[in-house]
Amino acid sequence: MADPLLRVEGLQKRFGGVIATDNFTFDVRPGEIHALIGPNGAGKTTLISQLCGELAPDAGSVFLAGENITRLPAAQRIHRGLARTFQITQLLNEDTALDNVALAVQARSVHSFGMWRDARSDRALIDPARALLENAGLAARADVPVADLSHGERKQLELAIAFACEPRLLLLDEPMAGLGASESQTMIETLRGRKGEITMLLVEHDMDAVFALADRISVLVYGRLIATGTVAEIQANAQVREAYLGEGGA
Amino acid sequence: MADAPLHKPASKAWPEWLTGVILLAILAAVPLLAQTMGWGATVSFLTRIIILAIAAASLNLILGYGGLVSFGHAAFYGVGGYVVGILYHHYASDAPLLGLIPGASDMAITVPLAIVINALLAVVLGAISLRTTGVQFIMITLAFAQMLFFLFLSLKVYGGDDGLVVRRRNTLFGHDMRGDVIFYYFVLAIAAAWYAFCARLVNSRFGRVLAGVRQSERRLAAIGIATYRYKLAAYVIAAMGAGLAGALMANYARFVSPDMLHWIQSGDLMIMVILGGVGTLFGPAAGAFVLIALESVLAAWTEHWQLYLGPILVVIVLFWRGGLMGLLKKLTGGRIG
Repeated sequence: MADPLLRVEGLQKRFGGVIATDNFTFDVRPGEIHALIGPNGAGKTTLISQLCGELAPDAGSVFLAGENITRLPAAQRIHRGLARTFQITQLLNEDTALDNVALAVQARSVHSFGMWRDARSDRALIDPARALLENAGLAARADVPVADLSHGERKQLELAIAFACEPRLLLLDEPMAGLGASESQTMIETLRGRKGEITMLLVEHDMDAVFALADRISVLVYGRLIATGTVAEIQANAQVREAYLGEGGA
Repeated sequence: MADAPLHKPASKAWPEWLTGVILLAILAAVPLLAQTMGWGATVSFLTRIIILAIAAASLNLILGYGGLVSFGHAAFYGVGGYVVGILYHHYASDAPLLGLIPGASDMAITVPLAIVINALLAVVLGAISLRTTGVQFIMITLAFAQMLFFLFLSLKVYGGDDGLVVRRRNTLFGHDMRGDVIFYYFVLAIAAAWYAFCARLVNSRFGRVLAGVRQSERRLAAIGIATYRYKLAAYVIAAMGAGLAGALMANYARFVSPDMLHWIQSGDLMIMVILGGVGTLFGPAAGAFVLIALESVLAAWTEHWQLYLGPILVVIVLFWRGGLMGLLKKLTGGRIG
């Protein structure tokens, strides 16, 4: 079996008396879509925050393609190939959709200290950004300020920005949250379109989306990993059914 | 800041450069008009406004475009002034600074030196201040500025709280600049260059990052931009602009004092930016003009002018979001501003 793209070893995070991440160990294989599920408060977002460098773990290590990135600042992880989307969209709301993607394209270059040339007429930024918006189905909305986009469009824009970073591993923090049925379907198709090319760690509550996309599923309960396996294995796992799937039929 | 300028691409909007050219043409004609019409103090009055407009535009780079609320910008303005004052002091007394550095009384030396010294100062102060954000950043910039204010207040060699008189305005490459009109044109040319630079800067790749800093640093981190060095660079550039303005002001007023570094001066610069329109190219210039004009008109009318100025500013800021440029934008249906 190939070496894992992401390897997490013994990750630990406490907030006062609450253990948010409890000796968490798992890996994500190259090319797979790995879903991370768990009831509310299981510590999924805390885990994502530690993986992308927004939050420092108390103990344990994170390896990306064999490199220890546990202490690497968030911005530098992007250049190692680790991008993420936000559950609550984090966008530049006054700028247009195109501006948002173009800035992500610009961020791929070594620095942004150019102070003279007009960035908005720079084909090296605008052309790739337009292509990314086209793929996200947002071509017609390119010049609309983000503040005027719908929730579904913003979720798609988040994803287009993440793709602009050309990641090897993409952390998706609830990309389906708040989407309608047809928007969810579009999102699933968009993600499936990049499957195999970009490895994904998908944190999601929408089980239809998880079952439709995931190669493997890990289940997190109270900060602890209780199971990892294929969709069929997880569906059959009694512990998981009790802890999660059984509850409220999810 | 919700009505910020970047909403619509420039397709149908009035281009900024055209506004700039028209403004420049009008300002260039003023000395001729003033002479024929016999408006005595107009040229001198406008010189002061244009110098302050340079300082306000420099603050606007970080406050307006970058969203970094510095409450100590006058420190750089004042240091720029003191560079001119101190160099002149040593020039006039013929006693080198620290027995080494000779004085100077030519703007070809004093003005670039004021800019460079401010850049060095800003690297140090910015490197520390920018480790904080929000209210802490406001307080730490204010604290540094007040420290420098008290430093110059206690420097008896350079006049302490009496300040320093620059008895004769600096020359420019040996040319006499004492005439009001020639100095006016010099200041206008510098201001035009500075505004052109700002216009390019805010639309450049660097400017896009700066706009991102204002809107969401979390987003920038998530696309791989470590913001600190860009914020520091913007802070240093803003300080250089303020130092330039301070050096010109010292030549204009032929006097520098610790008041130039006082927090009230920082506040005045902030008022100009906010009054004119945060994050707009010509907002700081409009703000400087209206604030100074209001001050002069009200002060000629009553000695309690501040009592009237305050409410006027409150009304403008409350009811015209986006300041004077926001108002202009509304009046012209989004075509200008």
